[in-house]
Amino acid sequence: MLIGGAVFPLLGALTYWYPKITGRMMSEGLGKITFLLVFVGFHTTFFPMHITGMAGMPRRVYTYAPGLGWDTLNLISTVGAFTIALAVLLFLVNAARSLKRGRRAGDNPWDAASLEWATGSPPPPYNFPHVPVVSSRTPLWTERERLPVLTGLRVDDRETLLTTVVEAMPDVREPSPEPSVWPLLSALAVTILFVASIFTPWAIVWGSIPVTIALILWFWPRKLEPRPEPVIE
Amino acid sequence: MTPEPHFTGDLAAVPTHAFGHRSLTWWGVIAYMAIEGAFFVLAAAAYFFLMNQEASWAPGRIRPPELLAGTLFTLVMLASEIPNSIVKKAAESHRLRTVQVGLLVVAAFGLVLLALRAFEFGSLNVRWTDNPYGSVLWMLLVLHTVHVSTDWVDTLVLTALMFTPQMHEPRRLVDTSENSLYWRFVWLTWLPLYLLIYWLPRWSP
Repeated sequence: MLIGGAVFPLLGALTYWYPKITGRMMSEGLGKITFLLVFVGFHTTFFPMHITGMAGMPRRVYTYAPGLGWDTLNLISTVGAFTIALAVLLFLVNAARSLKRGRRAGDNPWDAASLEWATGSPPPPYNFPHVPVVSSRTPLWTERERLPVLTGLRVDDRETLLTTVVEAMPDVREPSPEPSVWPLLSALAVTILFVASIFTPWAIVWGSIPVTIALILWFWPRKLEPRPEPVIE
Repeated sequence: MTPEPHFTGDLAAVPTHAFGHRSLTWWGVIAYMAIEGAFFVLAAAAYFFLMNQEASWAPGRIRPPELLAGTLFTLVMLASEIPNSIVKKAAESHRLRTVQVGLLVVAAFGLVLLALRAFEFGSLNVRWTDNPYGSVLWMLLVLHTVHVSTDWVDTLVLTALMFTPQMHEPRRLVDTSENSLYWRFVWLTWLPLYLLIYWLPRWSP
């Protein structure tokens, strides 16, 4: 269940987004071998378990008396498990090797439709120089040649765009905060409060003072004089 | 590979603040109410669970809490909604003077409430270490006091901002409006707690 339901998609997702994360493709040949090994290994491991289960073996025991008719089936499962392990090892080798030697991926190696494939691989820290406009669920297939974008966010200050909830129309330009040490100090103060409260209830009273100070300084606006927005004529 | 950017619109005219559900602060306050509301519900559930384990409530010969401080607190709290509503309306229509005065009044209400709350702790007739009944009464009262003091400190900070000339950007008025919304949550949650702490120990056998 976990292998088929969670590990398969995990390996698939890693392969899919590897080029976006690293800028390089994983080896397709190795990938096909990995797929075959993990697929065959999965069924070799888990199909016999259906039969061992019907033969009366409980789940999640690692040892049992011989001669119960479970031996061969478990041997097959073990072979399958090692096959999966080999496949995962091969996957890791592929990932490590492709980091330096993989083919350059470009922005959108899969011709995928979603927005992350419209920016560089790996993406710059700001993701997009301009806010993209999305008019369908497959934006990169709808607009193949050009990426529709909006201009007009501040360029001298951090600002992000809020949209309406349902229609996703531009609604508010939200200033985003500068880097600040106060979230960290607030977290430390809260940690001290809770750890100390194990030993004395008064920690809740006295510990709330540094928490309050840190939170207020976090909230307190930095800029005393808001600069006017620059205007390009 | 990269599609060319193609400028289709300009955001320069989009405002930098908005009230109510268009503001991130509003969503934050709503989420906070959901979390804290769940806390109050769980605390009330613990209260009823413990009540069911006892032959009488208040148990034994413990007298129910004295009514005076808690009832005064409730009345002052209900009255505080008047300046609170005035501040909220004034913030949303950018009337700075009214906001400044209103916030001072709300902060004064908060101070009176916290003083009354101190007397409430003294009038419970039980310590939190005495028995489960005392424990749960103190838990409810402490939990609510945390909310009253949080909002009071928040009100003080906003008041300080409103009296600092460089600080009254419209966004701070949004914060003020959401602070008033939160205060409504604080006094609304008190009403059932008032019944649990002061009246159920009188009504139940």
